Amino acid sequence: MAPLLVLGLALCLSGTWAVDKGNFKTCEQSAFCKRQRALKPGESPYRALLETMELTNTRLTLQLINDNNKVRLLLELYRLQGNITRVKINELKPLKPRYEVPDVLIREPTTEPLSVLSQDENGVVLSLGVESQRVIISARPFRLDIMEGSDVLMSLNSRGLLAFEHLRMRKDTQADPEAEKKEEADPANQAETTKEEEEKVEDGMWEETFKSHTDSKPNGPSAVSLDFSLPGVEHVYGIPEHADTLRLKTTDNGDPYRLYNLDVFQYELYNPMALYGSVPVMVAHSAQRTTGIFWLNAAETWVDISSNTAGKTVFGKMLDYVQGSSETPQTDVRWISESGIIDIFIMLGPTPKDVFSQYASLTGTQSFPPLASLGYHQCRWNYNDQEDVKSVDAGFDEHDIPYDFIWLDIEHTDGKRYFTWDPHKFATPKEMLQGLMDKKRKMVAIVDPHIKVDGNYKIHNEIRSRGFYVKNKDGGDYEGWCWPGSASYPDFTRADMRAWWASMFAYDQYEGTMENLYTWNDMNEPSVFNGPEVTMHKDATHGAWEHRDIHNLYGLYVQMATAEGLIQRSGGVERPFVLTRAFFAGSQRLGAVWTGDNAAEWGHLKISIPMCLSMGLVGISFCGADIGGFFKSPSTELLVRWYQAGAYQPFYRAHAHVDTPRREPWLFGPENTALIREAVRQRYTLLPYWYQLFYRAHVTGEPVMRPLWVEYPQDLATFALEDEYLIGRDLLVHPVVEEGARGVTAYLPGKDEVWFDVHTFQKHNGAQNLYIPVTMSSIPVFQRGGSIIPRKLRVRRSSTCMEHDPYTLYVALNLQRTADGELYIDDGHTFNYEKKEFIYRKLTFANKVLSSVNLAPDAKFTTDSWIERIIVLGASKPSKVTLKTADGQEKQLEFDFDASMSVLTVRKPGMNAGADWTMTFQ
Amino acid sequence: MSCQFLLLLLLSVGVSAVEVQRPRGVPLSKRQFYEEGKPFTCLDGSRTIPFDRVNDDYCDCQDGSDEPGTAACPNGSFHCTNAGFRPTFIPSSRINDGICDCCDTTDEYNSGATCQNTCRELGRKERESLQKMAEIAKEGFLLKQQLIHEANRGLEDKKAKLGDVQGSKKDLEAKVEALRTVKEAAEQPEREAKERHLKAWEDQKALIQKEKESARMAEVFLELDDDADGFVSVPELLSHSELDPDADGSFTEAEAQGLLGGVDKVDTAAFESIWSNVKEKYMSEVRHYTSFFFLINSKFHVKFILFNFGFGICFRNLEKEISFDFGPSSEFAYLYSQCYELTTSEYIYRLCPFNRVTQKPKFGGSETNLGSWGKWAGPEDSIYSVMKYEHGTGCWQGPSRSTTVKLTCGKETVVTSTSEPSRCEYLMEFTCPAICQEPPNLEISSHEHQEL
Repeated sequence: MAPLLVLGLALCLSGTWAVDKGNFKTCEQSAFCKRQRALKPGESPYRALLETMELTNTRLTLQLINDNNKVRLLLELYRLQGNITRVKINELKPLKPRYEVPDVLIREPTTEPLSVLSQDENGVVLSLGVESQRVIISARPFRLDIMEGSDVLMSLNSRGLLAFEHLRMRKDTQADPEAEKKEEADPANQAETTKEEEEKVEDGMWEETFKSHTDSKPNGPSAVSLDFSLPGVEHVYGIPEHADTLRLKTTDNGDPYRLYNLDVFQYELYNPMALYGSVPVMVAHSAQRTTGIFWLNAAETWVDISSNTAGKTVFGKMLDYVQGSSETPQTDVRWISESGIIDIFIMLGPTPKDVFSQYASLTGTQSFPPLASLGYHQCRWNYNDQEDVKSVDAGFDEHDIPYDFIWLDIEHTDGKRYFTWDPHKFATPKEMLQGLMDKKRKMVAIVDPHIKVDGNYKIHNEIRSRGFYVKNKDGGDYEGWCWPGSASYPDFTRADMRAWWASMFAYDQYEGTMENLYTWNDMNEPSVFNGPEVTMHKDATHGAWEHRDIHNLYGLYVQMATAEGLIQRSGGVERPFVLTRAFFAGSQRLGAVWTGDNAAEWGHLKISIPMCLSMGLVGISFCGADIGGFFKSPSTELLVRWYQAGAYQPFYRAHAHVDTPRREPWLFGPENTALIREAVRQRYTLLPYWYQLFYRAHVTGEPVMRPLWVEYPQDLATFALEDEYLIGRDLLVHPVVEEGARGVTAYLPGKDEVWFDVHTFQKHNGAQNLYIPVTMSSIPVFQRGGSIIPRKLRVRRSSTCMEHDPYTLYVALNLQRTADGELYIDDGHTFNYEKKEFIYRKLTFANKVLSSVNLAPDAKFTTDSWIERIIVLGASKPSKVTLKTADGQEKQLEFDFDASMSVLTVRKPGMNAGADWTMTFQ
Repeated sequence: MSCQFLLLLLLSVGVSAVEVQRPRGVPLSKRQFYEEGKPFTCLDGSRTIPFDRVNDDYCDCQDGSDEPGTAACPNGSFHCTNAGFRPTFIPSSRINDGICDCCDTTDEYNSGATCQNTCRELGRKERESLQKMAEIAKEGFLLKQQLIHEANRGLEDKKAKLGDVQGSKKDLEAKVEALRTVKEAAEQPEREAKERHLKAWEDQKALIQKEKESARMAEVFLELDDDADGFVSVPELLSHSELDPDADGSFTEAEAQGLLGGVDKVDTAAFESIWSNVKEKYMSEVRHYTSFFFLINSKFHVKFILFNFGFGICFRNLEKEISFDFGPSSEFAYLYSQCYELTTSEYIYRLCPFNRVTQKPKFGGSETNLGSWGKWAGPEDSIYSVMKYEHGTGCWQGPSRSTTVKLTCGKETVVTSTSEPSRCEYLMEFTCPAICQEPPNLEISSHEHQEL
C-alpha cells in the first residue's frame, strides 16, 4: 500500500509544479481593487475649493470636495529641493487618523518656496522655480498639471479617477456615540453631512473572505486611488517586484501589477502577480525626458497601466505620423491602495540620473557593502553540519575556485529557533567560523522573523514578556504556522522592538558568533503558511495600526533591525551585510536583495536580468538571483550558463533546495568545473570595478546594473532591451541564456562609440547589432571605448586575500583617442570611508598622456596596492613610454605591442595605486 | 596503497635532503631550467627573458614559469620543499596571501603572516598513520586470503546444494500444490458461506485461518532454512534480529536456542511446536521474491487471491547467490547474508551487503529502505571500492533513496560512518579486509624510486 501512496503523492505533486494561482488574489478577488477598478474614466466628482487655499513659504494647502458625498479632502503641495513635487491628499477630518508611512524617507525633505503666478476662479498657476516649470491646479473638476514651457509633463486626476474612501461608521451596527457627538458639534460639517448621498454598502467593504480566511475590516472601506497621465511617454519601468519584462506592459486586458509582499511558492514568469517585495516607484522615459512617480503607501497596492499607442504596429504609428493626425503617445497610470493616504513624489528628471538622485534624496542610496560581499557566495539548503561546511570549503581550495561566503539555511538552528545552533550538527560554531576566518572567508546564517512559540526558548519568552509580538484582532499574540511550527511575529514597526532585536546580535547574546558571521533575513513578507495568501491577517494589529496599513513595510523593518544589530555588535565600526527577501522603498539602505525562490529553468535565468534591472531603477542595486535555480535541478549547461551570467550580476550567490542533488561547482566533471572556475575568476578580477560602482551607487543613487537607455536615453532601440545591460557606464554584458545557443546578437549602442570585446580585445563599432558566435566558455562582455577599468588579475581564494594585490588598468580608447575612469580604494569593510579614509582617483587618457589625479584631496588612505600593468585597447605603437611620478622622477617603461589587435601592454610601471603620476606615450 | 608506501619512503629520504640553491618556488627537478645569470626561456618556449625577470613579481611567461615564487602569474605554481614532510605544489595565488599553506612556511615570505613550520610534526603523524595503515593492510590482506579460500569452498558447497534443491524442487512443488488445494478448498466454503449465511461463515473462518497458518508456517520454515538442509538452526535464526525475544539489540545464540525450544535445530515437524514463538515477529527478508497478492476488504479480512508458496525461494536464493559478483576471488562472498549496523544520535543504519541498506529511527518509527543492491560502482581501476544501493523508498518530491558505500581496507568488517550529502542520497563508509590490497614489496620499490 505504502509505495502506491507515495506514487500517488508524487503524481499529484508533479501536477502542481507551477504556482497555485488560486492561492493569491486577483483584483476581482480583492474587494477594494474590484471596487476602485469599477470606476471608469470620466468627470471627477472632486472640486478644488480655491477659497480655502493657503500658501506659506513651504507649502500650499487646499481643500477638495467630493460633490457626490460632500466629504472634504485636504491637498498639500510642496516643492522639494532637486526638482521634486510632493502632493499629499488626506481626509480633511478623518474619523480617526489614517496611516502615513514612517521610516522610509531618510529625512523630512527640504522644501523650496512656491509662488503663485496667476489665479482666477478656474484655477491657480504656481511656479516651480525651475526652467519655466509650473503647476496648474484646475478647480472644476479638480486636476493638476505639471508643465514645462508649453509641454505637459504629467497630469493628475486628468481621467477623473481620484477616489478617496473616507472612513465612516458602520451603518448596520451600533454607531459610536462619541463620534456622532463630534459631528454634531461641528455645524459646518453637519450641513454637508445631511446632504450626503446615501453611501452604497457593497460586499467586501466591512468584511471579506478569501479561501476560508475572513478579514474583519473593522475600519471599513479606506482605499485611495489616483490617476496620472504621462504625455509623450511610451515606456514605463519599475514597480518591482514582478517576474516580468523590464518595460512594463499595459494592463487593460488583465490584472493590474500588484504590490503586496508575498511568499509565492514556485512563481510563474511574465505576469503581474505580486512577489516578495514592493517598491512603489515608477520611472517613465522618453527620448525627451525621464520622470518618476513615488507612491508612498505601504498597503496592498495595484497599478494599472494603459497606453494610447499600445497595440499599434510600427506601421500604424508611421501612418499616424505621415498623416499628422496622430495624438501624442501617452501612457496613463493609475494607483490603487487599500488604506493610508495619497502621498506622492513626482520626480521631474529630466535625465535618468536626475531621477535616480531625486529618488535617492528621498529614500537614501544603496548601502555600501563590504567588498567581500561582492565576491561569490556558496549557499545550499542546507549544509548539513560542520564537517560538511569544512569539506565544501576544502572543495573550493582543491578546485582552485575562489569564494567569500558560505551560507547556512534554517537547518543549522536548534529546531528552527533562530539565534541558536543545532547542538549536534553545529556543536562548536566558533571553531567552524575560526576555520573559515583562517582562510579569510566568511559565513552567513539565516535569521527569520517568525519566532517559535516555545516556553523554553529565550527569544520567544523575552519578546512575549515585553509585549513585542504583533497582536491578532482580539488582542492576543498573533500566531501562525511557519518553519518551526507554531510561531509568532515580532512587531518590527516598533522602534523599541527593533532596538531589542538589534541587541540580540551582540556576540554575548547570539552565542557562537564571531565577526565573520553575517545574516540573512528570509520569510519576512512575512510568510505565514496558514495565513491568507500565505501571509499575515490584515486585521492583525501593530499598536494603533492594522497590518493592512503597514504590510509592505514589514520586511524592510526586519532588515533594518538586523543590519542595525550587525553594526552595533562591532561598536559601529563594521559595515553590515544582510540579505533580505522582502523589501520596500528604502530597503536599498540596508543591504542586498535576491529574487527569491526561482527555479532551475532557462526562463528563470533569463528573467533574472529584467528583475534586477527593475530593482536597480528604483534604487536597489545589490540584487541577484539564485545561481542554478532554487527549485528543481539544473542541467549542467544551465548551471554553467547561470554561473557565467551571475558573475556579471551584482549579488552572486548559488543556492539550491534541500530536495535537489548537490551541485557544488566541481560535481559536473573537470570540463564544467573549469568553465565555472573561469566565470567566478572573471568576477574576482573585476571586483575593483564592482566595488567602485557600489561606492558611486552609495554616493549618487545611480544603479550599478542598468538598462542601456540610462546611458543612451535618446536611442529608441535600447528602450525595451532586457537581454543585455550595462554594469556602470562602461561594461556591456549580453549573457547567454538560451539552451544550446550557438550565438547571441548584442546591440552595441552609440553611433560614435566603439566597444572592445573584453576577452579578445576585438574592436566593434557602436549602433549595430553584432552577432557573436558562442561556445560553452563564452560570456559576451564589451568595454566601452573611452573608459578605463581597473582589475586585479591575481585571483586568490577570497577577495580578502587579494586586498594588497596590484591593479591592471584597462584603457579602452574611443574614436577621439581619449578615455577616463576612476579608482576607489578603502579598507573594504569598515565605516571609516565616512571619515574620509579612502583613495578616490580620476584616471584620464588624453593627448597620449595617461594620468591619475586625486578626486578627493581631503581624504586619506594608504594602500600597498600598485599598478602592475596597463593595457591600452585601440592603441597605436608608441616609440617610448615614460612614467613620471609625483617626486618628479621619470623612467622609461617597457611595453609590448600587438599590432593585429592594436593592444599595447605596458610592463610593470610599479607606482602606488594611491599616488599621482602621468604616463606619456610618445 | 602502493603510493602510500612510496611516500613513506620518500619522507624518510626527504628529511635528510639538502636544500639546493634555486629560485624560490622551483622544484629540484626543474632546477636546470633556471640558471643564475643566464637568460631564462619560458618552459613553454614562448619567449626568453633576462634572468632578473624571474621572480620579479611580474608575469612575463604565458605558462607562468617565470614567476614560480610570486603570485604574479594567474596559472603559476609554487613548490614547497616541506623538508620533513611531503613536498607539494600549490597554486601561486596562495603565495603571500596571509594563509599558511606550506608546512615549511615558505609560501608566506612577505605577507606578515606568522606561520609555524609543522613539517616534522606532520611527517611524524603521517609516517605513523602510514605505518598503521600498512599494518592494517598487511593483516587485512592475510584475512582476505582466508576469505577467498572460504568463499571458494562455500561456493562449491552451494553449487552442490543447488543441484540437491533442484532435485527436491519437484517434491516441494507437489507439497505446495497440495497446500494450494487445501487452501482453495478452504476458500470455496469461505465464499459460499459468506453468501449463504454470515453465522456459518464465522464458523468456517477459524478453519480457514488454520489452513492459512500452516501454509504460512511452511513458507517461513523454508525461508528460515537458509541452507535448505531441511532444518532451521540457531545460526539461521540469528540472521533475523527481529526475532530477538527481549529486543535489546543483541540476539544471542542462547536466545535463539530458547526460541527453538532448547535445541540447535528443528525440522518441519518440530518447527510447528515453536511456530508460536516465531510467527509474530518474523519478517520475511525476501518477500519481494514471492508473489503474494492481498486484497483487503472492508472487514479487514485478509483474503488470498493467489498464494504462491515460497517453495522456490531457497532455490532462487542459491541461484542468485551464485550469480553475484563477489569480487575477482569471491573475497566479498562472506558479506552475503550478513548485516552491519551503525547507530547515530538519531538512527540505526543497517547495511546488508548485496541485499539492502536501511535506516530506522532509534526511538521508534518504521524502517526506511535506503536502497537495494545495485552494483559495484568504483572508478575503473578499483571498481570494487564502491557499492551502490538503489531504488529505496521514494522521497517526497524527490528521487528514490540511494546509498553509496565506500569500502576501505580494515581488519574489522564494520560501518564507520554514514551521512546524507544530498537529500535522499546516502553515503556510508565501510571497512573490511576483502578490499585490502597486497602490500608491495618494500625492498624492490626502495631501489626503484630512490632517485626521486
